[in-house]
Amino acid sequence: MTTSPLITQTIRPWANREPCCKTQLPHITTTNLSVSYNGKLAIDHVNLPINRGCITTIIGPSGCGKSTFLSCLNRMTDLATHCKVSGSIAFNDTDITNPKINLIALRRQIGMNFQRPNPPPLSIQKNLTFPLKQHGIKRKADRVAKAQTILRRVGLWDEVKDRLQTPALRLSGGQQQRLCIARALVLSPEVLLLDEPCSALDPIASGVVEDLITSLRGQYTVVVVTHNLAQARRIADNVAMFWMLGQAGTIIEHSPVAPMFESPQNEITAAYLRGERG
Amino acid sequence: MTNWTNRIATVLMWFTALLVTSVFLWIITDLLRQGITHLSWEFLVTAPSDAGRSGGIGPILISTLLILGVCLLTSVPIGVPTAILLAEFSRKGHWFGRLIRSSLDVLAGVPSIVFGLFGNAFFCFYLGMGFSILSGGLTLSCMVLPLLIRSTEEGLRSVPDDYRQAATALGLSDAATLWRIILPAATPGLIVGLILSISRALAETAALLFTSGYADRMPQSLMDSGRSLSIHIYDLAMNVPGGEAQAYATAMVLIALLLIINVATSWASTRWLHGRISL
Repeated sequence: MTTSPLITQTIRPWANREPCCKTQLPHITTTNLSVSYNGKLAIDHVNLPINRGCITTIIGPSGCGKSTFLSCLNRMTDLATHCKVSGSIAFNDTDITNPKINLIALRRQIGMNFQRPNPPPLSIQKNLTFPLKQHGIKRKADRVAKAQTILRRVGLWDEVKDRLQTPALRLSGGQQQRLCIARALVLSPEVLLLDEPCSALDPIASGVVEDLITSLRGQYTVVVVTHNLAQARRIADNVAMFWMLGQAGTIIEHSPVAPMFESPQNEITAAYLRGERG
Repeated sequence: MTNWTNRIATVLMWFTALLVTSVFLWIITDLLRQGITHLSWEFLVTAPSDAGRSGGIGPILISTLLILGVCLLTSVPIGVPTAILLAEFSRKGHWFGRLIRSSLDVLAGVPSIVFGLFGNAFFCFYLGMGFSILSGGLTLSCMVLPLLIRSTEEGLRSVPDDYRQAATALGLSDAATLWRIILPAATPGLIVGLILSISRALAETAALLFTSGYADRMPQSLMDSGRSLSIHIYDLAMNVPGGEAQAYATAMVLIALLLIINVATSWASTRWLHGRISL
């Protein structure tokens, strides 16, 4: 496979990056994962190891099952009626496709965020303290302290410290998205799933959220679905490429970011990364 | 061409808007003009005498509030959970939900007099409650339930799925999601349903004639017969020559009562919401 000149000429953000996710140990491993809605296959036999502490981005054109794959990882697929999941998802050596698993505990360990920021109509502070209360943190002072720590962590503190009691819906889109990420992080999950976290944001807000995501490297295992190849290139440690094969989406290639962008092994991936397909 | 159609449309819209407003204003002015001279504190607290030609509406006001109380205390605890079941927990297109919904839609269209006959047969005689405030309130409750359930369901359905998704992803239990996020977000819709139900219950005459009766004395218990404001108006206007002025005054009280209850409901719900959600 020859490397496209376009790819070699562009920046290589991974070249001078600290290798934060040194361990190449899988945190989540999917084996032959297939999902169908109403009998129609959406993703077919997806096998992907997701390494601990790394940022894994999932790329590919629309409608090839990227979001479906992501929502399997914390069983959000249970919300959809007539959705059938087969195969296995090993998370810390537990198969989370097991119907008997404690979903509340699972979702506390594997947090998720969506394309459109969706803070419930509560105040900024309550958006963070309320999940803590539901997860059993009794003292209000503890909840407030934790909320403030996490607001600092996502870089929102200076922007909102004087208006913690105002409605979260009055924040800008980018701020709301960071608040939603904070809300997921406040429960101290091990894994964070982000479904196109920047696609509803303007470039500047998008940059801020991107910086936040890269700052999570090493501390959390992050899986990001994105349409934005440049973004995948900037933030990813590992990249998985989804494509429609037949009627369903599947992973046609996955590898660390550098070989993926510099010398993709699959013809389709190469063409997609060059912008010729997709 | 478009200019002309635009103009005609504008004129028509203004005309209909003015027409509707003026009819409403006409009714209010007429009520005020004819009724206000009879309105006094005395009128509100004293019992009617001479078949309502003189005296006040004290016992009638009390009976009305009692009937409304029975109606709401029974319909809200049944209606709101039913709506939650329909909107949140019944699977889309499931036969059970469809059956309940279509039954409710049929019931909502049933004339109130039919509810009155049913209440008379079931509550007054079969259950032996007789002509009483309890029978009347329960009959009204049956009557407003379809309205209450359907509008509450609509209110719940108007809550964006984003909130449910967010709550699930945060690992919140169904109960916490419902109580802390969905219900507060749906409250404005719930309140509309409640206000419509209250208005319908307060305005009801036919269903009550058969069930709560029309004794105009002060009720001693819920098992006593009691006359509602709307029945009093009907009686004064139709059966009592010389009762027109009192009928107008009573109608004014009824409208004022509706306004007060509506405003108070909205106010109370906003207060309740204030601690829970912030938009």
